[in-house]
Amino acid sequence: MSLSLIVVQLLNGVQLGLMLFLMASGLTLVLGMMSFINLAHGSFYMIGAFIASSLLAWTGNFMLSLLVAVAGAGIVGLLLEIGMLRKVYQQSHLQHVLITFGLILVFNELARLIWGPFPVPLPVPALLAGSVEILPGITYPTFRLAILLVGLAVAAALYVVITHTRSGMWVRAGASDRAMAGAIGVNIELMFSLLFGMGSALAGLAGVMAGPILTVQVGIGEPILILSLVVTVIGGIGSIRGAFLAALLVGVIDTFGRILFPPAIGSMMIFLLMAVILACRPQGLFPARA
Amino acid sequence: MPKDLPAFIPGIDRRFAGIALPVIVMAALALLPWLAVRLDDPFLVRLFTRIVIFAIAAVALNFVLGFGGLASLFHASFMGIGGYVVGVLAHHDANETPLMLGPLAISGTSDLLITIPLAMVCCVLLAFITGLVCLRTSGIYFIMITLAFNQMIFYYFVALERYGGEDGLQILSPLHFGPFAAPKGAAFYYVCWGALCASLLLLRQIISSRFGIVLRAISQNERRAIALGVPALRYKIAAFAISAAVTSIAGALLATNQKFVSPADLSWIRSADLVIIVVLGGISLVWGPVIGAIAFFLAELLLSSWTIHWQLPFGILVILVGIFLKEGIISSGSPAAAWTRRRTRHG
Repeated sequence: MSLSLIVVQLLNGVQLGLMLFLMASGLTLVLGMMSFINLAHGSFYMIGAFIASSLLAWTGNFMLSLLVAVAGAGIVGLLLEIGMLRKVYQQSHLQHVLITFGLILVFNELARLIWGPFPVPLPVPALLAGSVEILPGITYPTFRLAILLVGLAVAAALYVVITHTRSGMWVRAGASDRAMAGAIGVNIELMFSLLFGMGSALAGLAGVMAGPILTVQVGIGEPILILSLVVTVIGGIGSIRGAFLAALLVGVIDTFGRILFPPAIGSMMIFLLMAVILACRPQGLFPARA
Repeated sequence: MPKDLPAFIPGIDRRFAGIALPVIVMAALALLPWLAVRLDDPFLVRLFTRIVIFAIAAVALNFVLGFGGLASLFHASFMGIGGYVVGVLAHHDANETPLMLGPLAISGTSDLLITIPLAMVCCVLLAFITGLVCLRTSGIYFIMITLAFNQMIFYYFVALERYGGEDGLQILSPLHFGPFAAPKGAAFYYVCWGALCASLLLLRQIISSRFGIVLRAISQNERRAIALGVPALRYKIAAFAISAAVTSIAGALLATNQKFVSPADLSWIRSADLVIIVVLGGISLVWGPVIGAIAFFLAELLLSSWTIHWQLPFGILVILVGIFLKEGIISSGSPAAAWTRRRTRHG
């Protein structure tokens, strides 16, 4: 394997990892705080990509489409949380699975009604269409580099908010012991609605950024959902730091697994990684709850 | 898992809901081919063959879900692998090439009396290996890990180009049970019906045995069971393996019925469908999922004949089941059971 291939694949792995982190950060906090399994989290990813595609075709402005799509996914998530999900947190996990699986069916069919069964275009913006020379003789697509930078920026911002602000402290308190945080005056309900909306918005952001690389069609949310669940389990439920490290680990190992091993084995690598980590640490790498 | 999980139907109710009702339902299912002839509607037999096959898998899933408290999203894999064992060996039989497993050369066969037990062995081994990892966890972790494991198996078969990859594998050689050709139509329906009866009787027997009582105790309070000296992990692995073996039979029958297996048969959507069937029918009775399978496929049929966008109302239905139908159609707390309780008290 040449050096340039290693560098490019490493960047691809990190980029996939950052995308997964955008997905998993919302998922892991929701799980940690409300122990609510949201299988429909991938739907926000799909919604983000679809809204961006329509807006881009209409306005031609990628930045505007991105912002509106992220806001749109966030608003859908917020409304869903306020309108329905907050009433079912107390039910069993089995019921969470049923309800959110039903939501996937509903969202997928609505997307099929609105955007049709065929893939819709989401082209790379002209400004980021080329590629840049990152090292002498090694070029990398500008758009992928942009995803990398946006992912890192969001991850850094999230880290600062969660670890260095008062509202971040509330979130962490809520994730490690909801009842206690509520008892000392944190408005858990409001905070959780906003958190859910933010998680949905981040999933939407991941969808918009992945759109130009993958194809935007009904059902794109499910594969990324499974990977995000793996990230959440490896990182430890409720832990942002765990989600970040696990996302990078999964992104890099998945990318290299696919080029180093035959496809049947390569596609199983991250699941085997998960199995090994769980066999040693059943609560994941950095569990939020002691 | 739900703490208010109903215990085995106590007292009087038990005789009717546990014995008479399932006998009536199974007898009605046995009369179905006759009804299909009377109505001159052969599609009915095809539909109910599918229903009965999925009922076997759902009853097996309910054995660990309703009585062991394990909400597994891994059961599509057991079903799919059951199908793939039948399909792959028939494929080698048709091509007259041996299946190479390292130094071992296994000749292909289309004899279901060999391939179905082999499918069961494969699934028991897989249940044992995955169970060692996933059964150490519980609750949310268990659900997510079984989901991830299911996708691992799914992607493995998608990448398995030798056996058709994503396109699946057609079963070309004529399948047979020992000297008899695999029956078609109504006769095959009765094979599936017989397998469902046998699964119900077997699992019912296990659940009311000492093993089943311990399993239910673990699902209600694992820590207390361990404190009483029960090796909980071993019990859960054994239950998981039993469930896997029965599920693999359903998978093998489905493959025999379709003459085809594909990765779609083991995607997590299928796992979720099985969970929906179980919850719809009711998790507190062994045979509850039989009702669930009938309701599930009839709803699917009705909605899809009404609109091509049937997944929208179907999804809403699933959400409503999740929110409101906590005990399923048939259970100790449902109207049907309350009715039977009144009846048996008077009678």
